[in-house]
Amino acid sequence: MKLMWFHLMPYMALPEDFRQRHPSVWVDISRDLFDPAQAHRMYNEFIDELEYAAQVGFDAVCVNEHHANGYGLMPSPNLIAAALSRRVSDAAICVMGNSLALYNPPTRVAEEMAMIDCISGGRLIAGFPVGTPMDTCYAYGQNPSQLRARYLEAHDLVVQAWTRREPFAFNGRFNQLRYVNIWPSPLQQPHPPIWIPGGGSVETWQWCAAQDYVYSYLSYFGYQAGRQTMAGFWREMDRLGKDRNPYRAGFLQFVGVARTRAEAEKLYREPAEYFYGRCLHVDARFANPPGYVSEATLRAKVRSQISQAAAASALPSGFGSGGGPSFEEIIAKGYVIIGSPDEVAEKLKEVANELNVGHLMLLLQFGNMARDLAFENTRLFAEEVLPQVRGQFDGEWEDRWWPKPLARERRAVPSVPAWEAAQ
Amino acid sequence: MSGAGDGPAERMVSVNGSPCRIWEKGRGEPVFYLAGLAGLPRWTGFLDALAEHRRVVAPSLPGFPGGLGHDRLDSPLDWIAATLDLLEAAGMDGADLIGASVGGTLAAEVAALAPGLVRRLVLIAPFGLYDESVPPTDVWAQRPGAEAALLCHDPAAFEAFVAPPEGADPGEWSIARTRAAEAAARLLWPLADTRLERRLHRLRAPTLLLWGAADRILAPAYAARFDRAIAGRTEVVVLPGAGHLADLEAGPAAAAAALRWLS
Repeated sequence: MKLMWFHLMPYMALPEDFRQRHPSVWVDISRDLFDPAQAHRMYNEFIDELEYAAQVGFDAVCVNEHHANGYGLMPSPNLIAAALSRRVSDAAICVMGNSLALYNPPTRVAEEMAMIDCISGGRLIAGFPVGTPMDTCYAYGQNPSQLRARYLEAHDLVVQAWTRREPFAFNGRFNQLRYVNIWPSPLQQPHPPIWIPGGGSVETWQWCAAQDYVYSYLSYFGYQAGRQTMAGFWREMDRLGKDRNPYRAGFLQFVGVARTRAEAEKLYREPAEYFYGRCLHVDARFANPPGYVSEATLRAKVRSQISQAAAASALPSGFGSGGGPSFEEIIAKGYVIIGSPDEVAEKLKEVANELNVGHLMLLLQFGNMARDLAFENTRLFAEEVLPQVRGQFDGEWEDRWWPKPLARERRAVPSVPAWEAAQ
Repeated sequence: MSGAGDGPAERMVSVNGSPCRIWEKGRGEPVFYLAGLAGLPRWTGFLDALAEHRRVVAPSLPGFPGGLGHDRLDSPLDWIAATLDLLEAAGMDGADLIGASVGGTLAAEVAALAPGLVRRLVLIAPFGLYDESVPPTDVWAQRPGAEAALLCHDPAAFEAFVAPPEGADPGEWSIARTRAAEAAARLLWPLADTRLERRLHRLRAPTLLLWGAADRILAPAYAARFDRAIAGRTEVVVLPGAGHLADLEAGPAAAAAALRWLS
C-alpha cells in the first residue's frame, strides 16, 4: 500500500467567530482576514512539513488547487510542487491537481507538469480534477454548462501535447492552436501517471476505467461516508470487467496519532474543530451553478430516491453554513481517525481492506494545527504506523499507476559553491 | 393551462437537429414571443390577452421548457443563429416580435442583425448590457428558496408559474427547470454581458421597452441605457407592481402596452 502525505495549506488564523461573522470561507471570503506576513510564515512551515514527510519515508507528498479559499492557500499547486521537486528524495510528488478547464491554453498545464517531472527526475503524479463549483464557476468565472466539455477537451490536448512527437495543430471546440509543441517533454514516458479526483459520479468512474486512470475519492468526511461511494466504484469496475486492483483507487483520510488515545483527544480537538467548523463554512449560494451536475447524474440521483434537495446540490454534504460539528461527532463519524499508533494502524488496515484502496492519502496537518504537532503526528505515523500498514496488498497486486523516476544515481543533486560575503 | 379559455396548439420544429416546441393561439396578424429566464413552463395570462387580438406564436428556445439542444450552443453567435432558425421554422417572416428577459436579448440581436425579419419590437427587461454601477443580480448564486422573490415582485406569482402541473413527473419537472436555468447561464454566464451594446446601433425597428418597476435583477436604469443605444424609435413604459418577469406579473397592463405599440 502507498501512504501519501497530503497538505491542503489551510489559512490558520481565521477568527473564532468566523462562522457567525462571515458568510463563506470560499469565493467571497473577506480580504481583511488575510495577513500576508502570517501567510509568509504559514507557507514556509507548510513546505517544511511536506519536506519532512518526504524525508521520513512517506511514499508521496500531495498538493492541490483551490481558489479564493480560506482553507486552501494553493491557487497554484505547481508552485509548491516545484519547490518540493528540488529536494532529493524518492517520494512521489502528487499534484492533485490542475483543474484543466481553467487554463487557457491548457498546454500551460502540460508545460508546467513536464517541468516538474523533469526537475524532480520523474516523480510527478498528474492529477486532473474538474474542480469544485466554487473554484471553477465562481472564482474563475467558468460557464458551468460548458465546464465538463472544456475539461475533457483540455485533457485530450494535454495528453496529445505530452505524447505526440511532432508539432501539431489542435482544432478543438474550445481551443484552437496552430502549433502545439511543448518544451520540455515530461521525463516519464509516455507521460506521468494520471489520477482523477472525483466526488462519486458514475460518469467519472466509467471514464477512469476507460482511460485506465486512478480514481481518487477526496472527501473530507472519512471512511464511513466513503464506504458507499467506494462500493459503488468497485461495483462499476466489476460491471465493466475491470479487476479489483486496489491501486485503481485513492482515498483521503484525516489522521491524528499520539502516544495514547487520551492524549490524541487532547491534541487534535482544536485543529479538527477548526477545520470542520471554520474551514467548511461555505455559503449555499455557491453550491449549485446550473449545469455543473450533468443531467444524467441528476436523473440518476432523482431515480435513486436521494432527496431532490440533495440531488440538486453540487456541494458535497457536510459543507454548509449550519453549526460546525463537535469533536465527538467528528470522531464518531470517522471524519478523523485518532488514537495510539497501534489503534490507528489497525483502523487504517481495516479501512484499506474494506474500501479496497491502495493509495491512502493522509491529512496529518489539518485546520490550525501548529508545525510542531504536525511534525510529531508525521513522525509517529512514519515510525510506528507506516511499518504496520505498508505491506498491505504486497505481492497480490501491482501498482501500475505509480511514477517511474530516474534511478537515484542518475538524478541531479542540488549543489552550489560555498560563498561568504565580504563584510 | 392557466389563463382564460383553451390552451395553445402545439407543434414541434427542429433546430440544429433538436426538437423545439411551438405554442400558438389566437387569430389575426401574428406576433412572436420569446420567453424569459424560466421559459414557458405553462401558458400565461399575458399571452392570452395578446391572443384576443392577434395570433400569438411562442417558440421555445433551446434548453427552455419544450426545447432541447442548448448544449450545442457555445457562443452568443451560436445562440443568435439558433434563434433565427427557430423563428424561421415557426413561420416568422417580417412580423412583430416580443422578447422578455433572456428572450429579450435574443430578440434584440435578431432585430439588429436580421432587420427584414422583425417589423416592430417589444423588449421586456432584456438582458445583454452591463452597467458596473448597477450590475445585473447574480441569479446563479442564490440561496435555496430565494429565486421566486428575486424574479417576481409577488413570489407567489412565480411559484404558481413553475409549479408542476397535475400528472407531471416531479423529478423530470425539476430537471427541466434546472435545464432552463442552465440554458440561460450558458448564454449569459458570468456577468450577463453579451456585448449586445455593440450591435444596438443596427436596431432600427420601432422598439417598446417594458420594465417592471420592482425588477430586482436588471434595475430599471437599464431601460434608459437601451433607450439611448437603440437606433430606431423607442419608448419606455415602466410597469408598477411588477418584477423581472413583468409580463407574468402585470399581464393585462403589459399586453395593453404591447398591443398599442404593435398596432
